[in-house]
Amino acid sequence: MAPYPPTRIDLRQRLLPPAWPQPGRPAHLLGTDNVGRDMLSRIIWGARISLAVGLSAALLGAVAGSVLGLCAGFFGGAVDAAISWLINVQLAFPFTLFAIFLLAVFGGGFLPVVGVLALATWVNFARIVRSQTLSLRAQDFVTAAHAVGVGAPRILRRYIFPAVLPSIVVVASFSAAQAILTEAALSFLGVGVDPTIPSWGAMLNLGRNYLQTAWWMATFPGIAIALTVLGANLMGDWLGTRLDPRAR
Amino acid sequence: MAALSEASGVSVRYGGVAALTDVDFAVSAGETVAIIGESGCGKSTLGRTLLLLQPPTSGTVRFRGEDLTALPARALRQRRRFMQMMFQDPYASLNARMTIGETLAEPLVVHGLATWRTARPRVAQMLARVGLDPGVTSRYPHEFSGGQRQRIAIARAVIAGPDLVVADEPLSALDITVQGQILDLLAALQAAQNLTYVFISHDLPVVRHIAGRVAVMLGGRMVEQGPPAEVFATPAHPYTQALLAAVPIPDPALARARMATAAALPAATPAPPNACPFVPRCPAARPICTESMPPLRDIAAHRRAACWLNEVPA
Repeated sequence: MAPYPPTRIDLRQRLLPPAWPQPGRPAHLLGTDNVGRDMLSRIIWGARISLAVGLSAALLGAVAGSVLGLCAGFFGGAVDAAISWLINVQLAFPFTLFAIFLLAVFGGGFLPVVGVLALATWVNFARIVRSQTLSLRAQDFVTAAHAVGVGAPRILRRYIFPAVLPSIVVVASFSAAQAILTEAALSFLGVGVDPTIPSWGAMLNLGRNYLQTAWWMATFPGIAIALTVLGANLMGDWLGTRLDPRAR
Repeated sequence: MAALSEASGVSVRYGGVAALTDVDFAVSAGETVAIIGESGCGKSTLGRTLLLLQPPTSGTVRFRGEDLTALPARALRQRRRFMQMMFQDPYASLNARMTIGETLAEPLVVHGLATWRTARPRVAQMLARVGLDPGVTSRYPHEFSGGQRQRIAIARAVIAGPDLVVADEPLSALDITVQGQILDLLAALQAAQNLTYVFISHDLPVVRHIAGRVAVMLGGRMVEQGPPAEVFATPAHPYTQALLAAVPIPDPALARARMATAAALPAATPAPPNACPFVPRCPAARPICTESMPPLRDIAAHRRAACWLNEVPA
């Protein structure tokens, strides 16, 4: 799909502007970067890493955080105390430092990066799901389920979880965005997925240095991230309404 | 007759607040008992405590002679088949994300009386009995009116064949015209299934109409019990008198006449600990009322009251 290999360096054609503002060389539609790599090709290839990392990390964080949040909010007591303690520890911790440490020890690569990013995002889910579960637990329709004799697993599955799912989806959309940006920071620090494969975050970081001379280097990866986040949010919104029978 | 449901010496505390204090209350099979009292008097808490939806801080709650507070969670859940609850707000008590069919089949399935598939004919039958189209099972609660939702909630409460139903103000969220229909439905179900109702209400005319016995609560305590005709004719507690005086009268002339004679019931004010909770508002309070809470005693056949006025001659 990409017009050039994303890592092909051509120093004679470096820092070319995008093809359309000034009739330059239409061979590079979005221009080239500081070592002459084609921006369009790099963005297309970067999508693979950024989307895969962002979505996997958000999904993993969503599953872990939601389960912990549901249990903490529903069962209360010692379970809640333990999980809330974990949440607070996670929130108080300098996460980026921790991530660098982990990745430096265990090495980079796709799975470690996704794991570390999920470690960063689960808290978002756990906090929201816990607080919503707490308030749902006291509502009449949940009391009614208890009164009927419905057991805890089914109440969690059919009463509480569907009611918090729209929030989980919304949190997932911004957690995916957060993961894409954090992956960028990790790439920048050299502990990302793979320095030879471009990711949007890494391109954005590189482009910052050329913001005044070659605006396109930072702008296009930025637009790609913004559009992805917007898309994720719109999809979250749509899913949220689809899941609510009242809005159908 | 042995009590179907019985609370003895039950107290419930939320943090430092006493919602129920040393309440004794028993319901016999087949009875309709109404619990009345102002908001915050503990009548809903007592209803939930009878079903152990609210565990008591102290005291015991028995159902068919068995101490529910001593049962493990799983066994308690199995007993719930025989004791059910109806809620005030039919908009809040149904799961908005479950179809009517699933909501009504659920009690049958969780108690092992049917599978999701075999529950269908019974769900349709139940819908017809509460006056709804049996074909609505794939629809969601938001597609129904308040009265229809309350019929669904009632169907859910009785479908598994309970003995005891605690109805927590099941009419107060409904239109006056719908209230009558729901009352008729509750009476028909009681006759058909031999139900025992604990009917929590503040609508005294309705209580007089349906209840065989009425229990008056105040400040988390039981202050009077008896047949509604007698309790309403000759209240044995000044609080019951005040409650009766607060019932709206549809005739303006009569209402004006009453206003001239009886002072309206003032808002609840906290009473000192150990005192009768009505002391701050009681027109007939005496020194002893501040010193100790009067016990609930038999004052006549089928009648009990907790007021020093009945104990010590003036």
